[in-house]
Amino acid sequence: MNVLARTSAVLVKDLLSEIRTRYALNALLMFIITAVAIILFALRGDTPGTVVLAGMFWVVVFFTGMSGLSRIFVSEEERGTALTLQLLAPPGVVYFGKLAFNVLLTLVLVAGVTAVYLVAFPGFIIQTPSIFFVTLLLGSLGLASAATIIAAIVAKAGSRGTLYPVLSFPVVVVLLMTVMNATVKSLDGEEFSAAIVDFVVLISYVMVMTAGSFLLFEFVWKD
Amino acid sequence: MTIVKYGSIVLITLVILAGLGIPLSPAPQSWLEFPVIPGLEDKARNIFFHVPTAWTTVLAFIVSMVFGFRYLRTRNLEYDLKSVTSAGLGLLFCLLATVTGAVWAKFNWGSFWNWDPRQTSIFILLLIYGAYFALRSAIEVSEKRASLSAVYAIVAGLTVPFFIFIMPRMMSGLHPGAQGDSSGSGPLFESGMMAGNMRVLFYTSLLGFNLLYVWLMDLRLRVARIDSQIMDQGTEG
Repeated sequence: MNVLARTSAVLVKDLLSEIRTRYALNALLMFIITAVAIILFALRGDTPGTVVLAGMFWVVVFFTGMSGLSRIFVSEEERGTALTLQLLAPPGVVYFGKLAFNVLLTLVLVAGVTAVYLVAFPGFIIQTPSIFFVTLLLGSLGLASAATIIAAIVAKAGSRGTLYPVLSFPVVVVLLMTVMNATVKSLDGEEFSAAIVDFVVLISYVMVMTAGSFLLFEFVWKD
Repeated sequence: MTIVKYGSIVLITLVILAGLGIPLSPAPQSWLEFPVIPGLEDKARNIFFHVPTAWTTVLAFIVSMVFGFRYLRTRNLEYDLKSVTSAGLGLLFCLLATVTGAVWAKFNWGSFWNWDPRQTSIFILLLIYGAYFALRSAIEVSEKRASLSAVYAIVAGLTVPFFIFIMPRMMSGLHPGAQGDSSGSGPLFESGMMAGNMRVLFYTSLLGFNLLYVWLMDLRLRVARIDSQIMDQGTEG
């Protein structure tokens, strides 16, 4: 089997086990609804501006991601299947398979948050859809690439739940600042060219993070 | 190491005396007078203390990353010891840079903290150090702890260039050297606002703090080695 086929085999395995249990999907959906409900309670019918809306959007995405994205490696450790996977596939293949799964999960997550936001907040009107969709795509790629390597670290370290957001936040904060910036631009209806600076930062972030994680993953995965 | 020890003491004492003692003058005549930088005045003296501590923070982080990388290559726990010792010193200097910066900001900008891009950067660096030590304390086995924390230090280090070099120049801010500053987009000492004597004292301070870092690193490594020897003897006897 070539590398691509083996990577997609890892992805398909994770997708199948996710479809059977729907653990991550259900948890993420409930988390989104809970978080947005808390924001709505806190606002008490107040209509926040675009800066607050864009900020809260990514706060919900970040914390929802932190509740579900570590699952990908933690479940292997919990079920004791990590060793089997180590025998069957080289580290690079495992990494990209897991990354692909997390990218898909993050895309579903941001799509869900967008849908809930469009319903819940009358002020959340996407004036420049092109900026918004590119931001969601690049933001998901960046969040998933950082979250995957941190998930691999956290799964090997003993305490799983609490450490994950603590370790992830300093790594993704650059990404969060940039996507919040770009989301505000899309809500304010700025031209596509106004957000190109942000996209350049996001693309370089995704590239640096994915390449670095790929090179380092072996040291985490094989202990 | 004796040279490093006394060198750092002499240089930093000299910088403290000269940095605080040399008077300011609107039109400096002799080499023993600093020029007045508009908007900074006496507060410009902080550059001799704040900037070298921030510099040492970054240096300590890079050293920690390099030793982390060497640990991953060789699996020699000695490198992990050097990596964590450097990270500990980095945390110390990071706190010093944050505090000197915040005090300076109180008198220059009116508040201790206002999320200037540079303040954001140093805050995130603090968080990285905090997360690094949180991760280390969560793992019992020393080999596992060494490799996982080394990987985390490198992953976190990958994002450091973004907020040290890109963010402050992309976003407008109040920090000298940020975008929108009248002196341009470079740090203060590149823009020709610092006089020759200030520049000499600044580099002296930089050298002094670097020597202090090397000295502290040596001290703490020796303490850590003695600690582990005592532990070994304790388990044998």
